[in-house]
Amino acid sequence: MNVWSAEIWQAVALTLELAAVTTATLLVIGTPLAWWLARGKGWWTEIIATVVALPLVLPPTVLGFYLLVLLGPDGPGGWIASLWGRRTLAFTFEGLIIGSVIYSMPFVVQPIRNAFTAMGERPLEVAATLRASPWHAFWTVAVPLARPGFLTGAVLGFAHTVGEFGLVLMIGGNIPGRTKVLSVAIFDYVEASRWREASLLAGGMVIFAFAVILTMTLIDRRSARTAS
Amino acid sequence: MRLYRALVTAAGLMCAAFGAAHAAQTNVAVAANFTEAAKEIAAAFRQKTGHEAVLSFGASGQFYTQITQGAPFQVLLSADGARPKKLVEDGLAVPDSRFTYAIGKLVLWSKSPGVVKGVETLRAASFAKLSICNPGAAPYGAAAVETMRALNLYETLQPKLVEGATITQAYQFVETGNAEVGFVALSQLRGSDAGSRWIVPQDLYSPIRQDAVLLKGGAGNEAASAFIGFLRGPESRSIIEKYGYMLDGQS
Repeated sequence: MNVWSAEIWQAVALTLELAAVTTATLLVIGTPLAWWLARGKGWWTEIIATVVALPLVLPPTVLGFYLLVLLGPDGPGGWIASLWGRRTLAFTFEGLIIGSVIYSMPFVVQPIRNAFTAMGERPLEVAATLRASPWHAFWTVAVPLARPGFLTGAVLGFAHTVGEFGLVLMIGGNIPGRTKVLSVAIFDYVEASRWREASLLAGGMVIFAFAVILTMTLIDRRSARTAS
Repeated sequence: MRLYRALVTAAGLMCAAFGAAHAAQTNVAVAANFTEAAKEIAAAFRQKTGHEAVLSFGASGQFYTQITQGAPFQVLLSADGARPKKLVEDGLAVPDSRFTYAIGKLVLWSKSPGVVKGVETLRAASFAKLSICNPGAAPYGAAAVETMRALNLYETLQPKLVEGATITQAYQFVETGNAEVGFVALSQLRGSDAGSRWIVPQDLYSPIRQDAVLLKGGAGNEAASAFIGFLRGPESRSIIEKYGYMLDGQS
């Protein structure tokens, strides 16, 4: 029996797709948020920063429970879904993206915010004296300087989405090709006593996690060297 | 006088402590569909024997895997007959302790009245999502698939299926309105006439014979054996029937 069945490939492809879309979305909405958080002075800045960081501490079941209700026909998700003639955003790929964006947000926003903070005001002031518009300065000065933060954020956000389990289990409905991601597939195989498939996927995840953390360390080292 | 009172109090405390030491505790793994009935049985069990049954709820497949890996349960109330049998074959359960404590009933259920009318609801399939529980790990999920196959509807309904990890989750998907209809256990609907339901005729799926078994870890445990005994007794049987199960030997 070939364990590398279509079922497994489907779960791998779906997981990578979910992680890629989530990371891209997070870079788009996380960058202005991180910028604002890095430069904000008011007390509310820390309130928002705390809200963004909540998924670090909350068990996935808390988010899963809220999302199941909020995405459902009686919540805002159901209203959005009705625009496409559907009843609920639960059990959909879009629903998983919403969940993953919330769940992985601190992993992307935090490193970018730190990079912006570490940069300080000085480079932008210099850019301003050279008559760079704030928009121009942001793209040509701030973003390149914060590059290691973006890299770290993207890698962590991607990896954390790949490793997501409890949330997907609660709002996904285990639909092959749409919501059955790797972690859920592993859970399924273990429950059904199909240990060959389970150990194959679990081993793959260990190698993936190892590669991610190693990559992170190398990024850190390289940016430390460039800085010095 | 005061000394005398202190002595009486001390003697009383010692008796109480002795009594408490006599009551034992057992860990019982319970299939999710039997949750409510098991809680009631455990309460009656404690009242009658003083022993405490600590209940854990989950999917039968999950418990089977955990038990093969040495999970500290002394009794398993499975949702099927196959896993307790396998545990006996694996040498992890006491052979002659296995018996059918309940026969489960599958129901097609909706939270809204008038939605489920009978088999025609499945034929018409005018719903977006139908929730079931994982057929690989939970017998009610397997029974749901068997029913759809018997009706020749599995191929058409399959794109609409959403799976919960346990029957409790399949129920939640319907309860939260995320799925319009779902195959759940009759026992989960007990005490409520809300919504609409169709009790699936027994000839569409093989009987869900739910077996209990004393695990090897519980062979010397007084409370574990007592619990298995209590489960066979008249008090438990009337609770089990009340929750919509059939008993072995009836049909």
